[in-house]
This record gives sequence, C-alpha cells and structure tokens, in this order.
Amino acid sequence: MSLGPHADFIVAAYAAAVGVVALLVIWVIADYRRQRRALADLEARGGRGIATGAPTT
Amino acid sequence: MDALAAILVRDLRVALRVGGGALVGVLFFLAVVTLIPFALGPDLALLRRIGPAILWLGALLASLLALDRLFADDQADGSLDILLTGSVPLELVVGTKAVAHWLATGLPLVIVSPLLGLMLNLDARSIAFTALTLAVGTPALTFIGLIGAALAVAIRRGGLLLPILILPPAIPVLIFGVAAANTDVVGAVPFGTPFTILCALTLFSIVIGPFAAAATLRHGLE
Amino acid sequence: MSLIDLANPTRFLKLAARLLPWFVAATLVAFACGLVLTMLAPDDYQQGATVKIMFIHVPNAWLSMLVWALMSVAALGTLVWRHPLADVAGKCAAPLGAAFTFLALVTGSLWGRPMWGTYWVWDARLTSVLVLFLMYLGVIALWRTVEDPSRAARAAAILTLVGAINLPIIKFSVDWWNTLHQPTSVFRVGGPSIDSSILVPLLVMAIAFALLFITLHIAAMRNEILRRRVRTLRLLAAQAAQVADTRAGARA
Repeated sequence: MSLGPHADFIVAAYAAAVGVVALLVIWVIADYRRQRRALADLEARGGRGIATGAPTT
Repeated sequence: MDALAAILVRDLRVALRVGGGALVGVLFFLAVVTLIPFALGPDLALLRRIGPAILWLGALLASLLALDRLFADDQADGSLDILLTGSVPLELVVGTKAVAHWLATGLPLVIVSPLLGLMLNLDARSIAFTALTLAVGTPALTFIGLIGAALAVAIRRGGLLLPILILPPAIPVLIFGVAAANTDVVGAVPFGTPFTILCALTLFSIVIGPFAAAATLRHGLE
Repeated sequence: MSLIDLANPTRFLKLAARLLPWFVAATLVAFACGLVLTMLAPDDYQQGATVKIMFIHVPNAWLSMLVWALMSVAALGTLVWRHPLADVAGKCAAPLGAAFTFLALVTGSLWGRPMWGTYWVWDARLTSVLVLFLMYLGVIALWRTVEDPSRAARAAAILTLVGAINLPIIKFSVDWWNTLHQPTSVFRVGGPSIDSSILVPLLVMAIAFALLFITLHIAAMRNEILRRRVRTLRLLAAQAAQVADTRAGARA
C-alpha cells in the first residue's frame, strides 16, 4: 500500500490517534487500580474508626 | 421596582467610591492600548488598519477582568444571602446589578474609546463606528459575564479561570463588534449587517445572562 | 451521608462490570475492521492517500460535538431530574470529549499541511473546533476547582448548558467571520457526494470511535463512583477520629 508523497503526515496522524487513545486507556485503568487500592486500604483500617465512631482509647 | 432602584443606586455608589474599581477598567484599557504599539511598532498605517480591533480587544479584556467584582462585595458582607432569600426575583436583582456594573465599568470604556482611537490614528468615522459598537457590545459582555461572576462566588479562588470560561460565548460578540467597527477600515461588509447581529446578541444575553447567573447562585451556594 | 446513598451507584457498578468486557471486545473488533477498510480504501481523486487522515479526523470531529450534546443531557439530568448518576456521566464525558476534540484538531492540521500548505488555517471548521476545545478545558478546570462534588456538579451542569446554547451561535459567528476574511473557498471533502468506497470505511471508523467512547465512559464512571466512595469513607474516618480524640481528650 503506497501512501503517496505525504506519507509522513498520514503516519503522524495515525500515530497521534494511537497515542491519545493509549493515554486514555492507561489513565482509565490506572485510575481504577488507584481507587481499588484506596478502598481496600480504607476497609482494612476500617472496622473501628468508620461506621461506629466509638472511642478507640 | 423600588427595591431594584435601590440596588442600582447602591451598586453605583459603591463602585464609584475609592476602591470600587469603576475606573480601574479604564486604566487597564489605556494600558493595553499603549502596550500594543510597543509590541507592533509605531507604524501609523498599520495601527489605523487594526485600530478598531485593538480597541475591541482592550475593552473585552478590561470587561472580563472586572467581572468578579459583580458579586464579590455582596458575598463578603453577607448581603448576597439576603438578596438570595429576598422577595424580589433573583433574576431581576442580578440583572439590575449587571446594569449597575455596566454603567460603572462598561460605559467608561465606551466614553474613553474615542480618545484612545485618536492615539491609534483612527479617523472620525472609524472612531464613531467603534464607539457605537462598543456601546452596544459591552452590555453583552457584562451580561454574558454574569454567569462567570456567579461562578466566581461559588469558587473562591477562581483566579484566571473565570475569564477563560466566559471567553467562548464572548467570541461572537467580538467577531461582530470588530466587523462592524472595521467597516471603514476594511470595507468588506456594510455596517448594518454585523451591527444588527451584535444588537441581537446583546438582547439575547440580557435575557439568558440573568437566568443562568441566578441558577448558578442558587445552586452553587448550597 | 448514609450508605444508602450509594445504593444506585452500586447497581451501576455491577452493571458496568458485566457490560465492560463486551464493549471492549466490540470496540476492538470495530477498530480492526475499520483499520483494514482504511488501508484498502482507494486514493481520492484530488487528495491522494491523505484522504486516509479523514478517517480519523471526521469521526473525532463528530464525536467532539456528540459528547458535548451528551454532557448537556447529563446536565439536564443533574439540574432538572436530579438523577444521582447524571453528574458522574457529565464529569466523566468531559476529558473524553476533550481528547476527541484534540485529535480532531491535530489530525485536521496534519491534513491541512499537505492540502493547504500550513499546519493551521483559520477556517470556519477548525476554528469552531478550537473554541469547542477551550470550552471542554473550561468545564474540566471547573470540576477540578470546586472541591465538593455536588456543588461542582451543579456549577458544571449550568456551564455545560450555557455552552450548548452558545455552540450554534459560535459556529454561526465563526462561519460568518470566515467568509469575511477568506474570499477563496475552502476545499470540500471528496467533492459533492462521497463515494461509498470512502463512505464505508468512514462510517466503520466512526462506529469504532463511538464504541471506544462508550467503553471508556462506562469505565470512567465506575472509577468516579469508586473515587467518591473513597472520599466519603475518608471523611467519615476523619470525623470518627475527631470524635474519638475529643472524647479521649475530655477523659484525660
């Protein structure tokens, strides 16, 4: 498949698309992991301090 | 009606007092118009060609930057809460404050523009067109800016965010204002066409602005 | 801030977990078909192979406007119908819409360089899209500036609706301005009608990008719901710690 005299621009355009989409996907996945970790962390610490509000000392 | 008149008078008095910021806008306008020749060079022919555009840009920026004053004082001393819970419809209150704001900050820009036009080597007709378009367009900027000012109340440290938020809706006003002001300089369109559209934009914003701003104030302050 | 408030979002989380794999698969399949079709597409009579850029540029331009329309519906959902997930939908759509708008601008300028000789042309379409990009960034900035999610939601919703009302005005103004300043007419895509050999790949790529948006949107909404849970739990924990501290202090 010959891309003609302006091949560089076509490749650059598709590369930009791949790049932006990749960034979006990475962001969504990384954010998901971060929130899951934060939730797990809070639940591990959770029990006392959260729902009951009872004094710990 | 009395209540609205009272608000109008009070806002004007506050704005015109020392620290009220009414004339600072004019100073900023002057500063911008002075800066641009420094950047572009003293070529009078060039300045005359882009003069109306420079005046419009200066007025637009001066208007945008003065916006957070609209509700800031009232929010600070608590009278905004009273206005929100009062019996006068919030939309009317907000609209009246916008009128007062324009009288104090927008109108001075219009009055000063002929003087600045002379600095930019504009001829009498161009100055007249520019002043007229500013007179019709600056109210549009104020009323469009109402929602930005209302957001400023909700966001304490908005900073430059508000002018940026108001910029897109202000673009049509700029386009048609400059096109009308440029009639003699560029000669691409008769004055009437962009001018009537500018009038339409102003009327439209006078209606939409208060409603959007009132909604923002109500929802944003909960 | 009782846990009951999280009930509806919980149902969404379960739904999201079930739907996401299907949407991911559908997106991958659509892109696979689309890319094959774009590779096989014939060169345009006037533009040569650079018409292939259009297969990315046009779907992104369409999506940039569709996403704002979606955000406007979500804004109505927040303000008028008070749907609990409406503002989440609006908030998550904004960065995606901004990304599509950005891609439309970049591919448009890469298309413009060989066609018109410069990377940026102030033609009506590109300029309107640039203004739209500014609007997206503005809404995103607003979400990040207000800390409380429900207040941010209402402010952003109003801003979105004001933006929606202004979009046709801005488009009209920029069109008008452009005819004023550029007497030479700008090249239309592919002539008076688009041949099916170009139209089909275009539509498939449009569907692929739309599926991508839906997939990312569902995933992002899931993340946002989790984020708000984390915030709520942290606030509760801080409150409880404070209560415990004052009681301990009072006893000591």
